[in-house]
Amino acid sequence: MQPIPKITGLFLFLGLATLALFPFAGSTFYIQLLTKIMIMAIFAMSLDLIVGYTGLVSLGHSAFFGFAGYVLALSAPRFDTVSLWWTLPACLAATGILAVAIGALVLRTSGIYFIMVTLAFAQMLYYLFHDTKLGGGSDGIYLNARPSLAIGAFNPVDLGNKVHFYYVVLALMVAVYFLLRRVLASPFGRVLAGIKANESRVRALGFQVFNYKLGAFVLAGVLGGLAGYLSACQFGFVNPEILSWHYSGVVLMMLILGGMGRLYGAVIGAFAFVLVQEFFSYQDIFGEYAKRWQLAMGSFIVLVVLLLPQGLADLLERVGGKPAREPRDG
Amino acid sequence: MADAALRVSGLSRRFGGVVAVNDVSLEIAGNAVHAVIGPNGAGKTTLANLLSGDLAPSAGKITFEGAEISHLAADTRSRMGIGRSYQKTNVFREFTALENCRLAAQSRRPHPCNWFRSALSYREVTAAAEQALATVGLAARAAVVAGNLSHGEQRQLEIAMCLATSPRVLILDEPLAGMGAEESAAMVALLKTIAADHAVLLVEHDMDAVFALAHVLTVMVNGIVLDSGAPEKVRANPNVQNAYLGAPEDHG
Repeated sequence: MQPIPKITGLFLFLGLATLALFPFAGSTFYIQLLTKIMIMAIFAMSLDLIVGYTGLVSLGHSAFFGFAGYVLALSAPRFDTVSLWWTLPACLAATGILAVAIGALVLRTSGIYFIMVTLAFAQMLYYLFHDTKLGGGSDGIYLNARPSLAIGAFNPVDLGNKVHFYYVVLALMVAVYFLLRRVLASPFGRVLAGIKANESRVRALGFQVFNYKLGAFVLAGVLGGLAGYLSACQFGFVNPEILSWHYSGVVLMMLILGGMGRLYGAVIGAFAFVLVQEFFSYQDIFGEYAKRWQLAMGSFIVLVVLLLPQGLADLLERVGGKPAREPRDG
Repeated sequence: MADAALRVSGLSRRFGGVVAVNDVSLEIAGNAVHAVIGPNGAGKTTLANLLSGDLAPSAGKITFEGAEISHLAADTRSRMGIGRSYQKTNVFREFTALENCRLAAQSRRPHPCNWFRSALSYREVTAAAEQALATVGLAARAAVVAGNLSHGEQRQLEIAMCLATSPRVLILDEPLAGMGAEESAAMVALLKTIAADHAVLLVEHDMDAVFALAHVLTVMVNGIVLDSGAPEKVRANPNVQNAYLGAPEDHG
């Protein structure tokens, strides 16, 4: 795990401070928007673990996001609150089991085949929920009450309260960031970096590469499930769209936009993606063109990829006076 | 010489219609260097790949210290004690020299897969990595990113990574490839030290190095073993001279 350059660290700290203070000044609309972005940031960081750090490009990461949401919606009684203290662990465990099952199969492939097979599994799950009565079909399921954090009569945090929920998500985003940094600096994380750089050499050194990849895949799946759980909490319903490949594509684009293999790049990417999208669909500025925001959004992404191939996070590092990463020769 | 550490019998590998390694049998004894030479395309690197497990044999048997390993995966063989270096430098270019060796050494520790402790806090792993770097003479270059090391240093690092996995048998595929005279001399001296307590299979083109190091010499041509035995005896074989060595005075 490379240390973060000082200037970048300063920017990140200022960003975090802004987020921490935002609810005192911002409107409910923006509090909810930022909450949604931070959930996507958790989702994008979980994907960065396998795409950016292990070199496994998955186009099926929405499977875990959506599945955890569905597990929550299906385990909640129709008109009663359900405790977070058992639903969250249950959702994460269920997602973990799903990730072990999918990972054990897809990790036998690599490269373009890995992309295709992850996509195929996510699509299977999509159609399972879309075409059967299991999860309410294409309409999805409503979650009429938010999970409760109450322990007996003690209930300090109400997830139905927008500001409370905002801070819970912010805290979890920071926690996931530090958890992943820790894992990446561990012996396990070093092996993942080795696999990304030169998989056959890692195998020749005596590591059981498959097990390490599976470990990363499952951790990424579980954290993606955490994001899905929070998203279901926020919107109060789940539908098959959160399992679709568009969603996997969006989170991958966030990662590319922000810069892979940095973690905070995933966070920056999530913010940039959603905020730029909001900006281009703002009617007061763009009038009629606001409806065609995809056109502007697409151009923006193409520009970033052309000018900043290492993502927006690279901009921060350049501002910090640090030369761009050493070019790889040979 | 001690008993054979690695024994190969009737080993073959086909690629479609081509038989790259054809019915090869040889033994690699402990604490000795067994050199394999031969012209390009003789099947030397394929043989190294078969021994390390990077390739599966089409036929034949490989035993390591009495246990059959013919169909074990590369990582299993590595953990059993067979180390491998590559002809084309194969290091982690973005890692420092020390981190390359640290990762290698990590694979030999009881908890190579802890998720929550810093990798750098395992002192014995770092110590093993530093030891390996010191053995090959790269101690002063530990903090340099491998991609920025000179070619010769990368070759040394390759050996150090191999040593950091504490192997009993080393399969070295052209460790002197592309080295200058001075670097080569240092590498030969290093290989001599290593051979004192390891079994070494050395695939090499540099004849001076081969005759300086080898206790046993095998000559391969077109996938088959032309001759095998003491270097002087093999060198005197007229078939070998025709096929590969050229006129004796060239290498007098």
